[in-house]
Amino acid sequence: MSWTRIRAIFAKELRDFRRNRFIMVTMALMPAIFIVLPIVDIFALPAVKASSTLDRRIGISLLYMLIIPAVVPATLAGYAVVGEREQGTLEPVLTTPIRAEEFLLGKALAVLLPTLLIAYAMFGVFLACVRLFAQPAVATAVFSGQHVLIQLIFTPLLASWSIWVGLAISARSSDVRVAQQLGMLANLPPLAVAGLLSFGVIHESVTLALGLGAALLLVDALGWRLVSVAFDRERLVTGKST
Amino acid sequence: MSTAARPVAPAASDERSGSPALVVEHLTKRFGERVAVSDVSFTVEHGEVFGFLGPNGAGKTTTVRTLGTLLMPSTGSAVVAGLPLMQSNGVEIRRRISIMPETPGLYLRLTVAENLRCFAGLYELPDAARRVARALQAVDLTGRADDPCGALSKGLRQRVGLARALLNDPEVLFLDEPTSGLDPVAAREVHELIDGLRKRGVTIFLTTHRLDEAERLCDRVAILSTTLRTIGRPDELRRQLFQNTLLVRTVAALARPEAVFGGLPGVESWHEDGAGAYAVPVSDVTVAAPAITRSLVAAGADVLSITEARHSLEDVYLELIDEDGEAQGGRR
Repeated sequence: MSWTRIRAIFAKELRDFRRNRFIMVTMALMPAIFIVLPIVDIFALPAVKASSTLDRRIGISLLYMLIIPAVVPATLAGYAVVGEREQGTLEPVLTTPIRAEEFLLGKALAVLLPTLLIAYAMFGVFLACVRLFAQPAVATAVFSGQHVLIQLIFTPLLASWSIWVGLAISARSSDVRVAQQLGMLANLPPLAVAGLLSFGVIHESVTLALGLGAALLLVDALGWRLVSVAFDRERLVTGKST
Repeated sequence: MSTAARPVAPAASDERSGSPALVVEHLTKRFGERVAVSDVSFTVEHGEVFGFLGPNGAGKTTTVRTLGTLLMPSTGSAVVAGLPLMQSNGVEIRRRISIMPETPGLYLRLTVAENLRCFAGLYELPDAARRVARALQAVDLTGRADDPCGALSKGLRQRVGLARALLNDPEVLFLDEPTSGLDPVAAREVHELIDGLRKRGVTIFLTTHRLDEAERLCDRVAILSTTLRTIGRPDELRRQLFQNTLLVRTVAALARPEAVFGGLPGVESWHEDGAGAYAVPVSDVTVAAPAITRSLVAAGADVLSITEARHSLEDVYLELIDEDGEAQGGRR
């Protein structure tokens, strides 16, 4: 595997994102919408609640923050392969010595980096708002629990999940719009978990967090390999199956 | 502005070994039931400009994509730049060749230099900055290096595509319809660039349906219509397909042309081709032309010209493609 080739794709993608105003605006606006709900939720929490109840309410509010790393990369990952194909830029790249694994990893890292920057920046804004404006007891609970750690760990795991599902769809799709819409469906499993926790069907615990984290790590690691296998040069170039 | 290709570094080739740049044997590519290319065999020598002609849908691009390892052949074999065409050799073959697709497929938001730097990275070129500068110089685009590709004309984009294809000093350069959709001036510039590369000894595999382009640039041509219809030097193909004919023009129509042309050495037949114009198929021009001249003078004819009929590559092409059409019509 060549890191030079991966870096070439990574650098090209970032340059392209930077110069695409539509992508920049979408990436900036979407997370801003998702940060409002947890902030409002935290501000509404009374400080007098029992510490276990407070902790659970904070955890549920913070789940909304985890939607950001799942949603932000979906559109970009959905476009990554089929979009290049529609633009006619994929074939020249595939005529170079690049391997499917390298191409996909370059693409994935280029989507992951801005996603992490945005997700962590939004979390930083959230923490700042909590520190400045929330009830002191609530703020202390937010900072003292494992919430911050969970956010830091789950953000890249969820982003990677969303990216690999998006890339898989993009590599097999023949239309950008279909790929991007299907890519958004990648968010259903994390949303389902968030929903189950919100409604008390399953309960927040260290065991659950560890289990979900391990499952996501495994899926992310396998995702790269699976998408590489699904990446069929012949179909991508001709639109026909062998 | 001169557009002749300037020197780039010599291709690292296995030219010394004497093996051809391309060897294709019984290559067939099917997409499901449809046969795109059938039983195609040919070789291309190092330094040769090989033209691959054919109508739309003849299988030219499929052949290029197959030899470029983008598609795997259904049957048959090939050796590309010294390596057998197989999936395991894909990366190494692609390292040794370059393909310029019909549309250059540039990243339009990136500048010309950024596009080339990206591809220099994909080829893992150690001295990327120098290679990019040299490729830009080769296509006379040094002054446009910082322009976004989206701001360039179609002709200039094609030149960027050519610069990109030159980055890795390919052993074989595949150009797929390089002048498709270009205006005559832009097409001429691309022709001059290709001509410059030919003079440098770069092996070029050029697909086109522009016969003037093939005639002007190619050492040999192959005519493809799913199967390979013919292959050879343009003048050889003309000789193979068309009988030598002398065109005789006189001021006034001959009173008794049968007496002038009949029974002359080397003359096979004759027919009138308008007033005072005669087409005379001959077996040997060097024998027939002097005999016809003497006979015309002896008959007191005022001769305007005696010229050899020149069949273009277009005539060859149309003859073969028409034969295909008739054969298919017959089958239907």
